[in-house]
Amino acid sequence: MSTSSETVPNTSSDTAPSRSTDTGRSTSSGAAAPTTPVRGTRLTLTGASLGRPGAPALDKVDLDVAPGEILTVVGPSGCGKSTLLRTLAGLLAPLAGEIAQDGQPLTGPSADRALVFQEDALLPWRALRANVELPLAIRGVPRARRREQAQAWLERVGLGSQARQLPHRVSGGQRQRVQLARALAGRPRAVLMDEPFGALDAQTRAGMQDLLVEVLQGTGATVVFVTHDVDEALFLGDRVALLGAGGLVAVRDIPRPRDRGAHDDPARVALRRDVLTSLGT
Amino acid sequence: MKRYALRVVSLAAALGLWQALTSLDIDLWLRFSQFPTVTDVARTFAARVSGPDYWTDLTDSLTRILTGFLLAAVLGVATGVLVARSRLAEDLLGPVLEVIRPIPAIALVPVAILLFPSNEQGIVFITCTAAFFPVLVSTRHAVRALTPVWEEAVRTMGGGRWRILGSVVLPGALPGVFGGLSVGIGVSWICVISAEMISGQYGVGYRTWQDYTVVDYPGVFVGMVTIGVLGWLTSTAVELLGRRLTRWLPRSAYVPGARPPRPDRSVTPAAAAPAPTNGTGTGTGTGTGVTRSEEARDEHLV
Repeated sequence: MSTSSETVPNTSSDTAPSRSTDTGRSTSSGAAAPTTPVRGTRLTLTGASLGRPGAPALDKVDLDVAPGEILTVVGPSGCGKSTLLRTLAGLLAPLAGEIAQDGQPLTGPSADRALVFQEDALLPWRALRANVELPLAIRGVPRARRREQAQAWLERVGLGSQARQLPHRVSGGQRQRVQLARALAGRPRAVLMDEPFGALDAQTRAGMQDLLVEVLQGTGATVVFVTHDVDEALFLGDRVALLGAGGLVAVRDIPRPRDRGAHDDPARVALRRDVLTSLGT
Repeated sequence: MKRYALRVVSLAAALGLWQALTSLDIDLWLRFSQFPTVTDVARTFAARVSGPDYWTDLTDSLTRILTGFLLAAVLGVATGVLVARSRLAEDLLGPVLEVIRPIPAIALVPVAILLFPSNEQGIVFITCTAAFFPVLVSTRHAVRALTPVWEEAVRTMGGGRWRILGSVVLPGALPGVFGGLSVGIGVSWICVISAEMISGQYGVGYRTWQDYTVVDYPGVFVGMVTIGVLGWLTSTAVELLGRRLTRWLPRSAYVPGARPPRPDRSVTPAAAAPAPTNGTGTGTGTGTGVTRSEEARDEHLV
């Protein structure tokens, strides 16, 4: 099953890297970025029961994530947000029901669906660039091209000059930027983010949100973004899914997504109030 | 610099004490009158070094220990990873290993004599068995203690079993593996020397025992000094290699250790100051040593 789903991004990426590295060379700095449209995937959960065997966290979840959309997921801590994400990544098998990617059942992890973790998931013995090179190495990109692309991604997240530093030498925010670069370098068709900015201070976090929006542009990747911060969810998402005790409570459309000026939009304010009340109860 | 001087002073003091006790024929319950003096030993040492047997013994012992130790390193890491990563391997190999582990390697001499056609292979076998278990145990612990997120990250990049082994398990377990290797090289020396004493032909242990049987005490001490120096050199080599390969570790204990001398340096003119400076200096130096040896002690206990 996995082979059939992997052929699509592979064929598209065979042509993509050359284009991206060309732009990377011609336009020297940060503006250059390996942006080639990769079609996002559709992720579907049907009557899915998620969690560890014997301890289901979410029951009867029906959710359809459209290709290329950004779906944010909010919910009180311990409600199963991470479980949902891990299941979508293929790290956890559903206890019941079905999980599908583009209509085909999802059986395990794949380079198609990158996962960005909250904690330090960078390999501490690899320098920043070597960490970003890892998904490219797994995909079989030749060493020289791998290096160029990883460098281009690091520059894109503003860490071009620290490429040779070890992860513990840079700040938490910088590490998360590297994780973002690492996730996107593999040209996934879906990016699953598990409270990636949860450990950052408010200012760094706002900067990271803007960076995320900018970096995602042109990738076309489907994004599922888990957060406990309602404002972050409403800023980033096209839609927001509310998780409550034991299941999915609601999925709401977000007016004017990724618009910093929209925070006092009456529709947004109303939605924010709704979300907060539903979380409060 | 100061720390090196201090180390030399420590060695010189030990030798000085030895020379004083033996040349003055001190007999205070402990009897030093029969003991060879440092100069006796040094004279014998010089004579041996210029003879052919000394170097044959040395290379023989080194060949045995290096072969056994390298075999043990490879087998220990491989088995440790296997047992830690596979439940089937744990169930199949675990009981056998646990039963063999408490047997002192030197007690395997009869087994070695029965199993192997030559003494040489038997000694390597005993050396290897001795180092194998510390390496196995520390590898197993290190692999089990790996941060799960690292593996999950590689899996969501599409990495398979071998990629995880090469990119996560082996590099991540390396600090622990080197803990086991440090213990292993020490145990290897103990066993190679004992095995040579029992069944060897040539080798530092064999020579030392021969000297003892012909009551050549300075010769015995030459053997002991040789073992000490070789052991020190090999364990230093393992230690340095380990530090080099795990340079990525955030050495939090190391940094504050390096700092204290700086404020003290401004005070050095005062005669009293250097002593405490050196005190803290060596203190931190042994500090890392202490954690190592604590690890070592743990491994012995397990």
